[in-house]
Amino acid sequence: MSESTSNSRRISWYRLPFHIRFEPRQEEPPSWYSIVISLFAILVALLIGAVVIVFAGGDPFRSYVHIARASFGSLGVFSDTIVKATPLILVGLACSVAFRMRLWNIGAEGQFFLGALGASAVVLIPLLPQDAPRWLFIPTMMLAGVIAGALWGFVPGFLKAHFNVNEIITTLMMNYIAFALVNFFIFAVWSERGFQMSPMFPKTAWLPRLADFAKQVPVFRGLTTHLGLIFGVVASVVVWFILYRSRWGYEIRLIGDNPRAASYAGINIARNIILVMMLSGGLAGLAGVSEISGVVHRLQSAISPGYGFTGIIIAWLAKLNPFAVILVSVLFGALILAGREIQPSGIPKMIQGVILVCLIASDFLIHNRVRIVRAKEEV
Amino acid sequence: MDLIIILQAGVASGTVLLFATLGEIFAERSGVLNLGVEGMMLVGAMSAFSVALSTGNPWLGMLVAMLAAGLLSQIHAFITIKLQADQVVSGLALTFLGVGISLVLGEGLSKAGTISLLPNFSIPLLSGIPLLGPIFFTKQSILVYIGYMLIPLAWYYINRTRPGMHLRAVGEYPAAADALGINVFRLRYFYVFVGGLLAGLGGATISLAISPGWFSELTTAGQGWIAIGLVIFAQWDPLRAAFGAYAFGALRRLILDIQGPTLLFSMPNPFYYNPYLGFFLQMLPYAFTIIILVIGSREALRKRLGSPAALGLPYIRGERGV
Repeated sequence: MSESTSNSRRISWYRLPFHIRFEPRQEEPPSWYSIVISLFAILVALLIGAVVIVFAGGDPFRSYVHIARASFGSLGVFSDTIVKATPLILVGLACSVAFRMRLWNIGAEGQFFLGALGASAVVLIPLLPQDAPRWLFIPTMMLAGVIAGALWGFVPGFLKAHFNVNEIITTLMMNYIAFALVNFFIFAVWSERGFQMSPMFPKTAWLPRLADFAKQVPVFRGLTTHLGLIFGVVASVVVWFILYRSRWGYEIRLIGDNPRAASYAGINIARNIILVMMLSGGLAGLAGVSEISGVVHRLQSAISPGYGFTGIIIAWLAKLNPFAVILVSVLFGALILAGREIQPSGIPKMIQGVILVCLIASDFLIHNRVRIVRAKEEV
Repeated sequence: MDLIIILQAGVASGTVLLFATLGEIFAERSGVLNLGVEGMMLVGAMSAFSVALSTGNPWLGMLVAMLAAGLLSQIHAFITIKLQADQVVSGLALTFLGVGISLVLGEGLSKAGTISLLPNFSIPLLSGIPLLGPIFFTKQSILVYIGYMLIPLAWYYINRTRPGMHLRAVGEYPAAADALGINVFRLRYFYVFVGGLLAGLGGATISLAISPGWFSELTTAGQGWIAIGLVIFAQWDPLRAAFGAYAFGALRRLILDIQGPTLLFSMPNPFYYNPYLGFFLQMLPYAFTIIILVIGSREALRKRLGSPAALGLPYIRGERGV
């Protein structure tokens, strides 16, 4: 970094007894180091967030204490945190898979809505009779949602693979199209007596909750955590296996690290772009299924406080590691759960943005080392 | 449904996209992809409305909007130019940040009252031209006229002036530009700032002139992303960008107006009798963005046109570049 040395020499209007210099790291930093840096970045983000909250006329300390208490304070609220974390795990995985190939799928939000639409179609068209048993309902809804999400991912993937169309913009545009499509079905097709929502699903189309087993295990009374959590955990293992233990995952990682080498090695990049976009869309679609049949139990337009976008931050904070995604999702689930009651209402979104900015900036400290040099040593 | 009125209003609402697209062209021509346009526009729209409301002066609002968005853009500039982070992720982060900041600071602003708008006027002689006069020069906001002037200026600056040549050099071959004594880092900071200023102006155009007010995220409704798509369609050329921006503006306006009349081409208007079809009309701008991206990308492949060669790559001195 000769650029920074020339910079430090230029600063002459104040004289410090030492200079701070950044040098590219030659060796890989130890694994704990990047975790410490990430935590440090979150801390800085919370500080910056506090300044903005003060600026907007709020009390940052009370806001943060409120977030902690309202999300981890008791078993009941922790269970609610897990409920919010469940779709986040799945969209976080969806983004991680795509980002690992350096494929920027930021359409997880739209794929989430399509997943919800697909699952709803099973109940509302109806593809299955209303009195179908649970063991038939849930897998069918999962399948329909995953297919719908994967289709929504297929379009940008196909355009990227065959026409070299920038997937960032197409996935984002597909989000807006998905919102309008879901709204059409809510307002025009499945509206319940003119309300902007579909009728409630039959109980057999609900994912089982912990509270359903309160008779056998009394501790579970009132706990809202549902089967979707298992989807998320299983999906994490599957994604980890695909990425790190399968031939396909090897291809994905190679394309992500060095597309030219991958193409020399005879890997079909176009096919992988389409497949990874479909996998990513399918995972986000599954998140929609989990939310609609585990929490909302009907199709309406307010089913997501931006889960799909939060998934981007989660993937990045988890460094695309499928197991870290689970942990990070719980933290963001807490932020979303507690953030609902905080005024001004934009605060959780803003804190997410600040965290992502600090996180990206902190990567610099992982690739470079800071050296403090005494001024006399530098000639 | 009068075609002249649709086009006239389309030019006005296209001005929003015009500013944002021109700004992004400057940033990308210098080699920095800034995906934070949507966030910068929202911050611009929010601060313009907020300042105009509290001071009663929309001009001051416009100025603050530009500076606020320009300031925000410098976060992206610092992270990508100095810290050499990935431009895609940093730009996404900037959008999150901008949306969040504008929601927090814009709390309650939507019901805060009305503001005095920037002036609308007609250009004396030009408004008399048949067809073009009523569309382009009659009762338009002053920002629309500023837009007209900016298009040729931007084109001339980029293609025919010495600083414009430096701008292109920095985006195409930064190592060579550096060897010629051009300060690659400083120029990139500067043009990202210009991009921020113009995105902020685009946001201010919404809240001070085109559809006055603050409607949280719906104020921009994804126009920042459409602008980024337009840059690719325009192949980084201000003239093509202007054409695209106005066409999109007209499309947005057409979607609103087509649901009004009972007859369409002397047939019953399906959009009037079945208002739910409006949801499919709402999809059109986004679907068209995808379509023009496909067209733009195919044309680029065929003509072997490309993005600025160093777009998306950090410049590191002493390293072998592109």
